[in-house]
Amino acid sequence: MARPVRFNITPKERDHQSHIGVADAPEGFTGEGFFTTKLSEVVGLARKNSLWPLPFATSCCGIEFMATMGAHYDFGRFGAERMGFTPRQCDMLMVMGTIAKKMGPVLRQVYIQMSEPRWVIAVGACASSGGIFDSYSVLQGIDQIIPVDVYVPGCPPRPEAILDGVMALQDLVERESIRRRNTEKYQQLMLSYGIQ
Amino acid sequence: MTEDLLQHSREHNIKLPEGSIEKQTTTLNLGPTHPATHGVFQNILEVDGERIISAEATVGYIHRAFEKIAERRPLYQITPLTDRLNYCSSPINNMGWHMTCEKLLGVTTPKRVDYLRVIIMELARITDHVICNSVIGVDTGALSVFLYVMQYRELVYEIYEEICGSRLTTNIGRIGGFERNFNATAWNKLEKFLKEFPGALKEFENLLQRNRIFIDRTVGAGPITGERALNYGFTGPNLRATGVDYDVRVQTPYSSYQDFDFAIPVGTTGDVYDRWLVRNQEMWESLKIIKQAYQKIQEFKGEEAEVFHANVPEYYLPPKQEVYTKMEALIWHFKIVMGETEIPAGEVYHSVEGGNGELGFYLISDGGRSPYRLHFRRPCFIYYQAYPELIKNAMLADAVIVMSSLNLIAGEMDA
Amino acid sequence: MELTNEHIKTRLTEKFGDQVSDFVEPYGMLTFEAPKGLNLKVLQFLYDDPELRFRFLTDLQAVHYPENKERELAVVYHLHNLTDNVRIRFKIFTAIESPDVYTATQLYACANWMERETYDFFGVNFIGHPDLKRILNVEEMDYFPMRKEFPLEDQTRIDKDDDMFGR
Repeated sequence: MARPVRFNITPKERDHQSHIGVADAPEGFTGEGFFTTKLSEVVGLARKNSLWPLPFATSCCGIEFMATMGAHYDFGRFGAERMGFTPRQCDMLMVMGTIAKKMGPVLRQVYIQMSEPRWVIAVGACASSGGIFDSYSVLQGIDQIIPVDVYVPGCPPRPEAILDGVMALQDLVERESIRRRNTEKYQQLMLSYGIQ
Repeated sequence: MTEDLLQHSREHNIKLPEGSIEKQTTTLNLGPTHPATHGVFQNILEVDGERIISAEATVGYIHRAFEKIAERRPLYQITPLTDRLNYCSSPINNMGWHMTCEKLLGVTTPKRVDYLRVIIMELARITDHVICNSVIGVDTGALSVFLYVMQYRELVYEIYEEICGSRLTTNIGRIGGFERNFNATAWNKLEKFLKEFPGALKEFENLLQRNRIFIDRTVGAGPITGERALNYGFTGPNLRATGVDYDVRVQTPYSSYQDFDFAIPVGTTGDVYDRWLVRNQEMWESLKIIKQAYQKIQEFKGEEAEVFHANVPEYYLPPKQEVYTKMEALIWHFKIVMGETEIPAGEVYHSVEGGNGELGFYLISDGGRSPYRLHFRRPCFIYYQAYPELIKNAMLADAVIVMSSLNLIAGEMDA
Repeated sequence: MELTNEHIKTRLTEKFGDQVSDFVEPYGMLTFEAPKGLNLKVLQFLYDDPELRFRFLTDLQAVHYPENKERELAVVYHLHNLTDNVRIRFKIFTAIESPDVYTATQLYACANWMERETYDFFGVNFIGHPDLKRILNVEEMDYFPMRKEFPLEDQTRIDKDDDMFGR
């Protein structure tokens, strides 16, 4: 009746010729001592590989984030080794855990204090939509008060899922136009949340 | 000079709080957003230079209305809610809730189930204390210990995954026992944990226990006397660090804890160093208990070794193959899910020794599917009231380590 | 003399006569009721008496019974005698129009926040409490959410489709 267990039963040999992946250079025109490419590609590459997160951990998803930061699921290899706990120095706000209505204004303040370009990941079911707490005191999703870029479902999401969310954000960051923050559409989005 | 400041603020339209120039202290706001480890609660401190004159604590930033939600859910659906109380050691909360229901419904669990529960609860206690102690290390500046021991939390997560499928918020067990027997892989992983963790814990101890800097930081920070702690309702490692040896596992043994041989570590002054030492020693005692339980389980042979739940068809869902083939199982399944089973009316209070102390469940049932009133006696909420008294006249840096040594989990505080 | 439930009951009826009533023992824990004016006297007696020694307040909370007229709100105290390992439960009932109860903070420091939580959820007004204000809910909330007449969900939501959620 039980399915045979396949994973993680026997110890694996360590891989000493470690296969390190290196980010590819963007497409461009190269010659003797120079390399030209689009500015947006270089900026995208730099931004995506050095996202500094602000872990806004309120509850259980925060503990899974601590596990992601640990040695097993190493978060530092995505360039996010330095957790800044101040919004002034970070560009990625990871909201992990339930946000109650009492906490909402605090989250908004933190988001407003971040400088452009800034991205938001809603980690977990509670941050995405209120989760299992459909009650009078829980904010049903942080997108009621701040704009969100990536939602990571799960309760709590496995560290692999959190890393998947960060990689999806990296795709967004790489392809984002460097003029996006000044466009009319973006300003409209901010105004709809009441953020200047 | 005061007049100059007031004039300056009037000219430049700076709005000052009432009386803030006349008083000599600074108001400092600590929280609600802390660095990731602690959780969301706020402290408004009145500080004179570095010394804390007074503090006011505000909680409720993650109030999720568990007690109100529980009035809507049938008994077995409240288990995921209890997970999210002290989420660092959620199996203990789950087991405590199941034992409360079993007390209400009059279900006795067989010995093997009790021993399995003891193993799970002690593993959860180890993970909780590991986080608390390494976070005390992080707050005093020793960041590497945290990374060393988080690896061993991964091993425990793998054991939980084998049994219930989930890592952190486990929803483990059912009313009457467990949902499946522990398979051979779970036992292998448990053996691996029992082999490797003592070495890691020894290394952790060696780094911090006799470390000059750690001792200088933590000894004498935030002490409390035993009588004062009892008046404040302290339980758990925080109370045992003051010298009072109250442990629910020993006073009112549940789940066959009386069959095990373990000691209760107590401290003397109740300061941060004592709390660290008590939690550390409790981890060694938990390892002892797990080894004893594992041995006792291996002594069950034959039929008895397959028992993993009590024989209560009224409250324990039958296996799915039987539901699809046998009539009786189908009827029981329907009755349990629809809430047609006999739930006696009455009120029961049951408590377990959680990672932070006595976690109590006060359940009033009116005979219906969901409780009439369910109240969680949450240890974190109760002993956090003592925090302003603990940090009076301490330095600001001490306030931080006292807060982390109390092991405040926001989910348990606000429920 | 061993501290059995019978013995505690005899001591209490000796001291308070028939003001303490309704002695039951659900699941082994002695439970009794007293009028709300006497709650501090009963707690003090249980604390000071050299034989009873109930010096640990385990839990303080309230229950709302909307059907019992004049006795809607029950405040329940769980006390624990740590030396002899005996627990008891003690209830007082109060009407919902005037939910005033004397505070136990002079005797037990842990009652402070537990009473604030009870006030926050049920509206029980504790007379003499040093700082009675809301603790877990937002300060501006004007109703007491755990009372039975109030719903669980947030009624001001417009984005939820009741057809799909079957409410």
